[in-house]
Amino acid sequence: MSYRLSLGSHRYHWHDLKILLARASPPRSGDFLAGVAAATMEERVAARLALADLPLARFLDEALVPYESDEITRLIVDTHDAAAFAEISALTVGEFRNWLLADTTGEAALCRVAPGITPEMAAAVSKLMRNQDLVLAASKCRVVTRFRNTLGLPGRLAVRLQPNHPTDDARGIAAAILDGLLYGCGDAVIGINPASDNLPAITRLLVLVEELRLRYEVPTQSCVLTRVTNTLRAIEQGAPVDLVFQSIAGTQAANAAFGIDLALLAEARAAALSLGRGTLGDNVMYFETGQGSALSAAAHHGLDQQTCEARAYGVARHFRPLLTNTVVGFIGPEYLYDGKEIIRAGLEDHFCGKLLGVPMGCDVCYTNHAEADQDDMDNLLTLLGVAGVNFIMGVPGADDIMLNYQSTSFHDALYLRAALGLRRAPEFEDWLARMNLIDATGRLLRPAPGQPLLAHAASLATPG
Amino acid sequence: MSDPVQSDAWSELRRYTRARIALGRAGNSLPTAEVLKFSLAHAQARDAVHLALPRDQLLAALAAAGHAALAVHSAAADRAQYLRRPDWGRKLDDASRASLLAARPAEPPDVVFVIADGLSATASAHAEPLLQILLTRLQGWRVGPIVVAEQARVALGDDIGALLGARQVVMLIGERPGLSSPDSLGIYLTYAPRPGRTDAERNCISNVRPEGLGYEHAAHTLHFLLAGARRLGLSGIGLKDDSGLTAPLASAALPE
Repeated sequence: MSYRLSLGSHRYHWHDLKILLARASPPRSGDFLAGVAAATMEERVAARLALADLPLARFLDEALVPYESDEITRLIVDTHDAAAFAEISALTVGEFRNWLLADTTGEAALCRVAPGITPEMAAAVSKLMRNQDLVLAASKCRVVTRFRNTLGLPGRLAVRLQPNHPTDDARGIAAAILDGLLYGCGDAVIGINPASDNLPAITRLLVLVEELRLRYEVPTQSCVLTRVTNTLRAIEQGAPVDLVFQSIAGTQAANAAFGIDLALLAEARAAALSLGRGTLGDNVMYFETGQGSALSAAAHHGLDQQTCEARAYGVARHFRPLLTNTVVGFIGPEYLYDGKEIIRAGLEDHFCGKLLGVPMGCDVCYTNHAEADQDDMDNLLTLLGVAGVNFIMGVPGADDIMLNYQSTSFHDALYLRAALGLRRAPEFEDWLARMNLIDATGRLLRPAPGQPLLAHAASLATPG
Repeated sequence: MSDPVQSDAWSELRRYTRARIALGRAGNSLPTAEVLKFSLAHAQARDAVHLALPRDQLLAALAAAGHAALAVHSAAADRAQYLRRPDWGRKLDDASRASLLAARPAEPPDVVFVIADGLSATASAHAEPLLQILLTRLQGWRVGPIVVAEQARVALGDDIGALLGARQVVMLIGERPGLSSPDSLGIYLTYAPRPGRTDAERNCISNVRPEGLGYEHAAHTLHFLLAGARRLGLSGIGLKDDSGLTAPLASAALPE
């Protein structure tokens, strides 16, 4: 079906729904690179005007990527909850935005309709929303998950402790973990990006974190962010695996470029569940995503990158993850050119994920070839804090020395807590208080001599 | 007045990692000194991305060392285009195609080296000293003209190698600068270069710089890979680096 709109003497015509969505998308370098962006600013708004009048139900009739050739489309169509959709089925995309922002639409309604919202509907409405709309609507969504603690509760913010080291050096990683814990971070996960792809090296890292966690009874979970096939082998060999990590994207072909499909994700989830290591819940998956991943694998099917990204959240929600985060600024300026595009994308990703029922965090980040700096990250971090992001990254000094990019730091997390009154996951907060690392208000304490983690640091620092 | 900066008692741990640990804090925030240290590192990395390749200086140095050398340019006219259009950085501009065809040696070279800006022009400073060590070990190899390439991505070497009829091409290219490594040189080796080669068909040595993988070490590994590729007639996944000296790859930093 084609879409038309006249503005004065200009007649706009878009051949199909995916072109209409792409033309309506706020500008970003990746859509220009793909050749799908609007040619003029007027065309972009014209496409939004046409999109606003489109019934939401239209997305159930017109698949953006063919059902026959893409298992993500099949997943979206086959698992769509018509009963949940009924409440919003009469709305247009423009009316859906109004409904999301209405005072009368709260957490309960958003939870109720979430299974009826497809990723394409979420992407479409986000294209009509200003940044403040993305913040406000996301702040009304609640996605709570559990493994050894409880994440996503109102007024709470968790941090993934990311202690990477360029050679996976055990003492280097332990040093960064201790630094993070002493700074009150690590409730989302202690998650290491390994430099090595090699199974014994990955198992060594899993054991390293496991021993530290058990020794100090830290109510959190660990993860080594290697490919899912490696994690499956680690599980088979009896390694202490809490969470299964995988990068995912919004088309079957892009996932194939990652070496995965839905069946493999299901197999890995079943393997992790069989270990029964979660004490409070069974959310065992950890996903990372990012706009541009499908295009970079030449697997975007002519879709704009934000719509592809929303489809990745369709994949994520099916596997009931503990954590999902967009690594928003990692991919580089050919996809998100500058701070403005990165900030917009971060807010879109968080909103779309939350709307679909995904426990969204964000790696607020940039590379040195992007037109961005710490001030842009401060802006996005603060906006996401207001929007109720489930978790952010904690990298020592915001400088990841293994992946060579800048993320958020332990200090950044403290800033956000202080500025917005955000607390840690309750079980982790209790533990920090027991360890005399925070006071009753959650403020970080200077650890006293002999404090166990400080003593551990001292023993590590003693040569020999 | 007491010092508002609170130091961290575990600063000894810094000996185990270059990560920015035990930074101390002013309230909840970074102390001023750490904010400025970070700013300086970021400024150096940004400069590395945006500074121009010292093309004429490189050509003069290569000529002085007795090497035939020529300059080429990708289809990306400037840095802004280069950053937005990686596809243009993988193709030569028309003038460069013509000059490479004109320079094509009668006998196919065994190897062609390309010194390229990539994402860090400052990394190109490591190319010449590395080549000096390596070339003395390539006795009996027909080494083609050394090419200096501006606004280049890794795959530009496929085009360059094919036009010069090279059996192997080695790209010496600036990696995406890290905060503490603005001048890392990456090395990509491709056997039988031609447009359309994939990354799976290349071998890579990363983080070449005095503070990372040293010249001697990098030259040793590269020599090993070149000889292996010539023996097997391929590069990439089928060519294992068993030189015993390989550093871990930071492939995310490479300007593919």
